[in-house]
Amino acid sequence: MSVQEFFAMGGYALYVWPSYGLTLIILLANIVIPVLQRKQFFRQSLKQKR
Amino acid sequence: MPWLVVIFLLLTAAGLYGGLYLAPADYQQGDSYRIIYIHVPSAWMSLFIYVVMAIAGAIGLVWRIKLAEIVAVSSAPIGASFTFIALFTGSLWGKPMWGTWWVWDARLTSELILLFLYLGVIGLYGAIDDKRVASRAAAILALVGVVNIPIIHYSVEWWNTLHQGPTVTKMDKPSIHVSMLIPLLLMALSFNVYYLIALIQRVRVELLQRERNSQWVKAMVLENKQ
Repeated sequence: MSVQEFFAMGGYALYVWPSYGLTLIILLANIVIPVLQRKQFFRQSLKQKR
Repeated sequence: MPWLVVIFLLLTAAGLYGGLYLAPADYQQGDSYRIIYIHVPSAWMSLFIYVVMAIAGAIGLVWRIKLAEIVAVSSAPIGASFTFIALFTGSLWGKPMWGTWWVWDARLTSELILLFLYLGVIGLYGAIDDKRVASRAAAILALVGVVNIPIIHYSVEWWNTLHQGPTVTKMDKPSIHVSMLIPLLLMALSFNVYYLIALIQRVRVELLQRERNSQWVKAMVLENKQ
């Protein structure tokens, strides 16, 4: 199987890859958002201390 | 934590390699069926996380355990995400196979209701300032919504639907070939590990915010200064 064939997904590329792409984005967001929130929490708490 | 991420990445890599590359195309659906490797595990997770959320909520209600309350509310956004993924990927799979993005049949509608239940839990929790009261209200809503879980599971057997019936959890032999089943189970495992990782991240933030006036959080803030 060539690289092009793999990405063509037998003609269903337009359905398969957006599924995987959106899943990746949502799963990443669920990790990134709480990590950012934690950083923000420490930043704000420090500000209130001063 | 880092080793959890390593396990997650290994499982995902193996699952995707098996599912997208090694497994053959489906004899009826061609390569479009490869959406199964995220669609089905996401749908399983959407149910599993809901049950975890409801149980944690019940433990919080009965024994007033703070950590249980936090696990319950922290699970909601992750469960909602998986529900949305299941609906979205199902739509992208339905279009080429059924000829439509959406039908108002039992399986799809009950899964959509599940999304609204998750959003309801998130909204209710966010709307009440006292987080202990908010947790209790959210837990009650989550518990009421548990009725929906068996409905989703059995919807393809109870009602006529475009959605295909179960192929993995059938009582006799699963009607899915082992070359497709193994990557599917690997992805299901990977999503479970992912849930654990995402849950820990959310629980940490929620715990900090709730305990912001406690000594240990204040000490942590000061330590972080350096």
